[in-house]
Amino acid sequence: MADLPEYLGQHVLISALALAIGMALSLPLAVLAARSRMLRWPVLTVASVIQTIPSLALLALFYPVLLAVAYVTERALGLSFSALGFLPTIIALTLYSMLPILRNTVTGILNVDPAMTEAARGLGMRPRQVLFRVELPLALPVIIAGIRTATVWVVGIATLSTPVGQASLGNYIFAGLHMENWISVLFGCAVAAALAIVLDQLIGLMQSAAANRSSMRAFAAAIGLVLVIGGGLSPLVVCGRAGGARREVVVGAKTFAEQYVLAAVVRDRLADAGIEATTREGLGSTVVFRALAGNEIDCYVDYSGTIWVNYMGREDIADAQTVLREVTAWLKHEHGIVCLGALGFENAYALAMRRERAEALGVRTIAGLAAHTPTMQIGGSYEFFGRPEWPTIRDAYGLRFAGRRQYQSTFMYKAVQNADVDVIAAFSSDGRITAYDLVVLEDPSNAIPPYDAVLLLSPKAAKMPRLAETLRPLIGAVPIDLMREANHMVGRDENKRTVDEAARWLLRQIHGTAP
Amino acid sequence: MIRLHHVSKSYDGGRTLAVRNLTLGVERGELMVLLGESGCGKTTTLKMINRLIESTAGRIEVDGQNVRDHDPVLLRRGIGYVFQRIGLFPHMTVAQNVAIVPRLQGWTRPQIEERVRELLDMVDMPPAEFADRMPRRLSGGQQQRVGVARALAVRPKIMLMDEPFGALDPITRASLQDQYRRIHDRLGLTSVMVTHDMTEALLMASRIAVLSSGRLLQVGAPRDLLTAPADAYVRQLMQTPKQQADRLEALVEETEP
Repeated sequence: MADLPEYLGQHVLISALALAIGMALSLPLAVLAARSRMLRWPVLTVASVIQTIPSLALLALFYPVLLAVAYVTERALGLSFSALGFLPTIIALTLYSMLPILRNTVTGILNVDPAMTEAARGLGMRPRQVLFRVELPLALPVIIAGIRTATVWVVGIATLSTPVGQASLGNYIFAGLHMENWISVLFGCAVAAALAIVLDQLIGLMQSAAANRSSMRAFAAAIGLVLVIGGGLSPLVVCGRAGGARREVVVGAKTFAEQYVLAAVVRDRLADAGIEATTREGLGSTVVFRALAGNEIDCYVDYSGTIWVNYMGREDIADAQTVLREVTAWLKHEHGIVCLGALGFENAYALAMRRERAEALGVRTIAGLAAHTPTMQIGGSYEFFGRPEWPTIRDAYGLRFAGRRQYQSTFMYKAVQNADVDVIAAFSSDGRITAYDLVVLEDPSNAIPPYDAVLLLSPKAAKMPRLAETLRPLIGAVPIDLMREANHMVGRDENKRTVDEAARWLLRQIHGTAP
Repeated sequence: MIRLHHVSKSYDGGRTLAVRNLTLGVERGELMVLLGESGCGKTTTLKMINRLIESTAGRIEVDGQNVRDHDPVLLRRGIGYVFQRIGLFPHMTVAQNVAIVPRLQGWTRPQIEERVRELLDMVDMPPAEFADRMPRRLSGGQQQRVGVARALAVRPKIMLMDEPFGALDPITRASLQDQYRRIHDRLGLTSVMVTHDMTEALLMASRIAVLSSGRLLQVGAPRDLLTAPADAYVRQLMQTPKQQADRLEALVEETEP
């Protein structure tokens, strides 16, 4: 709740800016398209096609595009800009706002009664005068209707800015989704919806003012809009945060609970040492890595196996120490990223079963499991079965499951508890492993790559002397049962804790003292 | 005042002609009516005079000057244009509608205000009552009177009218016909009016030009057309008003003792 002014302010900022740019582009373009049949079809079609691209994809698409552009402009012109967050969001939202405005403006102009344009021409108005004195005023209600539609769309889609690193009301929604905190999701949705409705009604008032030629209503609508937009933006102005230079340390986090907790831990640790820090959660996996490499965030926790497989492209498996060593070296060499070290636990794929079942069958390792698999069902996420790890494990141990079921992670744990499946492909640091009394089967052949949680610093952050020192005590300080417990606190339904509470608890355990 | 020399218009590259080799002169001070059935080319001819439609062949002169030598926009500002659909701008008041061309020409505010008052008086629409009204609150006849006032705003010498009273009821139409003829005479205008209503043509015109299929069949004073039609078509055209006039006369005689 404390973040509401910030999130709301950012949301209003990106929506208002995108709409303003969208209008500035669409209105002249629409006038040209209304005049020229040749131009009309391509313009409207391109805008329609853009609309069909899923909003999240469009936002995400601009991030690598802008990275490439930023690379080029830096080399060629020495100008650097941030490809994360603000810019891709604004570009995507602007493109989205264009179709309704374009289409309505073209339709509005084309539907002006021909008698009006005949009279205007007959009286001796030049084409520009016909446009500004007759056509646009008469088309105005329809044009404003288009702006109204665009506004509601943009305010809604702006919630998707979170994964590309732009703060908005979507932060509540994504955090809620990742942490299964439905109140947070509803809150984010409700505020975004309220904002959209208020703006919609105010613009509707403006539309009615245009239709009735009532300057009173227009004035009222204008005042309302100024108040809402100004009010929304004021916290940003007061804090000087809209596009100002960053003074705090930014800790990134991916999209699952563990990441939110660890980011909060890092932030609190820094705060304890007097270093101001803030978190940016909900970032896509590749987004957060690139953001670190590009100094747009200062640090975050990743996993050695993720870097090994996804970024280094390694297909071989090695033991944990070797992987850690080579990952550290590669990060420094290729990206200037400093890996401070392993936190002390792994978040790897793990085959887990109910403890009683495992003990009854005398199974401790995946090798031991193999013989029993023909009579067993395995459950896992869609993503897991699509990853290279799955065939690797399966072939390494000769697992031949009778059947396989795909689940959302919440249901997966319930399924193994109810014996609907016998084994699940879980994450080793998931709190539910302890909570549901599951046991993780060992991997003697090292078929599963190691996924040590590692704390990474951006090239710029690595040069800040106090940062590394302050964070070093976290290295090796987080054993797996501690992480599971913290994750469970945040994930469970009864007595659910907030991320901040879980982080404080974890930090206390690490220090062994009260903060 | 207005001369058309061998004027033609084709919309399809010459395959068909909407106006065929038309030669016609309109004298200063005349009220020339272009009369004919739908599709005979009368509206096209009218609109070529102020270049709302561009001719395909031939020459049109206004006041001795080829219309093609003028900027079409300035040409149109100097010629009044009134048409059937009236075309008052709904988002402007009556006064604002009338003031359009003066504003385009850069007149000062007091000049415009005075001219608007003068014009509204001329068309029998007291400014105090009507100046600030919106067009949607006017009857059809009132709207067209404003339309005429608007067309006369910058004192054009020529008025082009395309079935100006066609959308109005007969009583209003008769009243406006009279009113316009009086204004035409008082201001010394040269008017060209398109209509397919024979009675209107006969009652208002100085001369009538009968068109059919893009060609000029006959041009002459109303009496000449009635008494000496040039061909069968013209004769037939004039039958209806003639018969109606006879029947009306018979009706009147019947009722006299």
